Amino acid sequence: MKKNRNVGIVGVGQSAFSSHREDVNQPELINEAVNEALEHAGITLNDVDCVVHGNMELFEMVHQPDMWHTLGTGAYGKETIRVTTGGTTGATLVCVADNLVASGMHDVVMAIGFEKLQEGNTTAGITNMSDPLWGRRLQTGALTGVFAQKAIDKYGEEKAKKAAMKYRIIMDKHAMKNPKAHRRLGLEFDEMDTLAENSPTLVGDLKMIHMCSQSDGACVVIFASEEKAKEICKQPAWIKDHITVHREEAYCAFGDAPHTTTHEYAAQKLFKRNGITSPVDELDVFEMYDPSCWWGIDWISEFMMISSDEAMKLIEDDEIMIGGKIPFNPSGGVIASNPIGATAMVRVAEAALQIMGDAGEHQVPGEVNQALASGFGGVMWTVLLLLTKEAPVWNE
Amino acid sequence: MARRVAICAVSQTKFVRNNTTQRFQEMELDVLESLREQVDIGFADEGGIGMSINVSNDVFDARTISDAPMTDVLGAHMGCEEKVDQDGAQAIIYGASAIMSGHCDAVLIIGHCRESQGQSRNMCTNLTFDPFFTRPVGLDYCSAAGFQAQAYLSKSGITEEQLAKIVVKSRENASKNPYTPEAPRVTVEDVMSSPMLCDPIRELHAYPVSDGAVGMILAAEDLAVKLTDTPVFFNGHGNNMDSFYLGDRDLTSNFALKGAAERAYKRAGITDPKTAFDIVEISDQYAYQYPMWLEGLGICDEGKAGELIDSDNANGPAINASGGMLAGNPLNLGGFVRAAEGAMQLMGKAGDRQVKGAKTALAHGVVGPAGQFHTVVILGSD
Repeated sequence: MKKNRNVGIVGVGQSAFSSHREDVNQPELINEAVNEALEHAGITLNDVDCVVHGNMELFEMVHQPDMWHTLGTGAYGKETIRVTTGGTTGATLVCVADNLVASGMHDVVMAIGFEKLQEGNTTAGITNMSDPLWGRRLQTGALTGVFAQKAIDKYGEEKAKKAAMKYRIIMDKHAMKNPKAHRRLGLEFDEMDTLAENSPTLVGDLKMIHMCSQSDGACVVIFASEEKAKEICKQPAWIKDHITVHREEAYCAFGDAPHTTTHEYAAQKLFKRNGITSPVDELDVFEMYDPSCWWGIDWISEFMMISSDEAMKLIEDDEIMIGGKIPFNPSGGVIASNPIGATAMVRVAEAALQIMGDAGEHQVPGEVNQALASGFGGVMWTVLLLLTKEAPVWNE
Repeated sequence: MARRVAICAVSQTKFVRNNTTQRFQEMELDVLESLREQVDIGFADEGGIGMSINVSNDVFDARTISDAPMTDVLGAHMGCEEKVDQDGAQAIIYGASAIMSGHCDAVLIIGHCRESQGQSRNMCTNLTFDPFFTRPVGLDYCSAAGFQAQAYLSKSGITEEQLAKIVVKSRENASKNPYTPEAPRVTVEDVMSSPMLCDPIRELHAYPVSDGAVGMILAAEDLAVKLTDTPVFFNGHGNNMDSFYLGDRDLTSNFALKGAAERAYKRAGITDPKTAFDIVEISDQYAYQYPMWLEGLGICDEGKAGELIDSDNANGPAINASGGMLAGNPLNLGGFVRAAEGAMQLMGKAGDRQVKGAKTALAHGVVGPAGQFHTVVILGSD
């Protein structure tokens, strides 16, 4: 692949994330993030050529919400596009913006991911995703206790539960450094056992404390062509590559046969075409879409192309913490804040902030030359984005 | 300079009032199979289809992530699939950008909708309105169009008889279009005496409820010329958003459409839209929109659309040779089918409705209440 021209992230904005943003309506919530992103990029709305918008209609029950949201997005008189792909939406919107700028169609594109989950029933909205004839009665929304059970089967009960809670507390420690995060609980490692015991059960071994939040929030990322980005931003975060891997919706197609997950498949392909052989050593930070700590502990090995034991060791040795070998989710991740249509974009936005050196208190120490961000959604779908500090060079 | 993009294959299902024999997936599968018969292309990161785009809508499908059941039909199992949740004409622009950016070499786009599935499409479009002020009073796309029709008819002087002529002409054209089998021919009297839907919009002034699917394959120029003898080039595009509250807008100004057209013409290097096109396909969801959108596009001068209707536009481009949306397409596929029809004309594959020697086409799509958002796509045989 040879990119027509480079695309850099030049501005990031996020609303404050919370379970109940009753102080603002949907366009107002979006507007908070829009203003912050414009300010971060040092540009005005007049400089934006195109607005990219996405969220899930059935969470808030608003049809074509980009129409009403125009009041807050600033899309009036501008070109726009609306793309949605479930939980991956935010990451997909980044791919859309990248294509729109790289193609030469637009010089400056503003992408907006949004959700105000308090205005609907999130679990009902996700359950509604299943086929009405075959799957809907079996669906528990995103509350997938089966993955807790799988991790227990794989690692043994004690080890798995300990790793899950350690991961959970690390994420909370990160969230405590991020003033935008929704859930900042001040958890300590010595509370590990009591926390899990006292937390209400959702499904099987999946407890409330393990699960991601339901949040209200918006995220905005501004993209510019190389020429423009260098003009307005002293350190853009460049989009080196992205890959989207979806799969068909019937999970049972493979029976119990082992198969490559979309995470593994996407990571292998992306790393191969970008010459990355040892992700843990070569990447400086990873913002991973982790809907629960059970998924979090299991996906480290899938994305990092390492064995489960090596992944467990990364958790045990604090290597996924800020200051570790490969910090995961310095922002606190999805377990801390989850406005679904924005969530995957927050991953990219946070990875970009780390490269730009603008992550504030949760900035990882040392140089961030290469950052990875993932989106997760749909029926186990993955979007992976690779960001770099240096503008990519393309050979014929 | 980015590489050029061309449409290599186009396919659509018949659009019918209530397709009781197929699910969404099966309608799209019919389209996919027809596309694969037309061009010899597989799924691959390089030299093949590297991205699939679905056009569908969660509310109309009553399913969160309405593209989730489409992944396998779109050939995207363990591949790239995305959903454009607007008029499908937008998906053409996005698909072209993915090729122009260098991200992939070919893109498959298939859209579907079953308007018959919802109890009422007004119930669906009522949900576009904000839950505080405009939703509780019962606004939907039809009533918003009613306001716009009132304002436009009083400004333009278009008569009830002229509106009827538009519908008569649409049905006449549709009688030659095998994909609109349920749009019988009507007379001016039929239209003028049809029940009032939302004053001044009559039942026959409104686009019919229909189910169907449509798709196309886009490819980079060097690949496209190997796949087909009749590539249709994507030569320009533009879209534009108006404000939301109807009271904040001048409903007769054509603000969004004029902006969209201006951008598209600039990108395509078009200076005189009156003479630039052989084919014009517009999304006329309601009869009053036919003259209004034509004025907005600059196909005729403002205030002159009545004359164009009366003269049947004898010297101008063929307008809605397919029958247009008045002969039936679902809301989110209007502009997509228009572009597909434009491409079929330029490929010389439009059958009985073929316009001889057609070389350039304009396709138009619209989203939102009273034309809040418009898309214009310009196609050419070179």
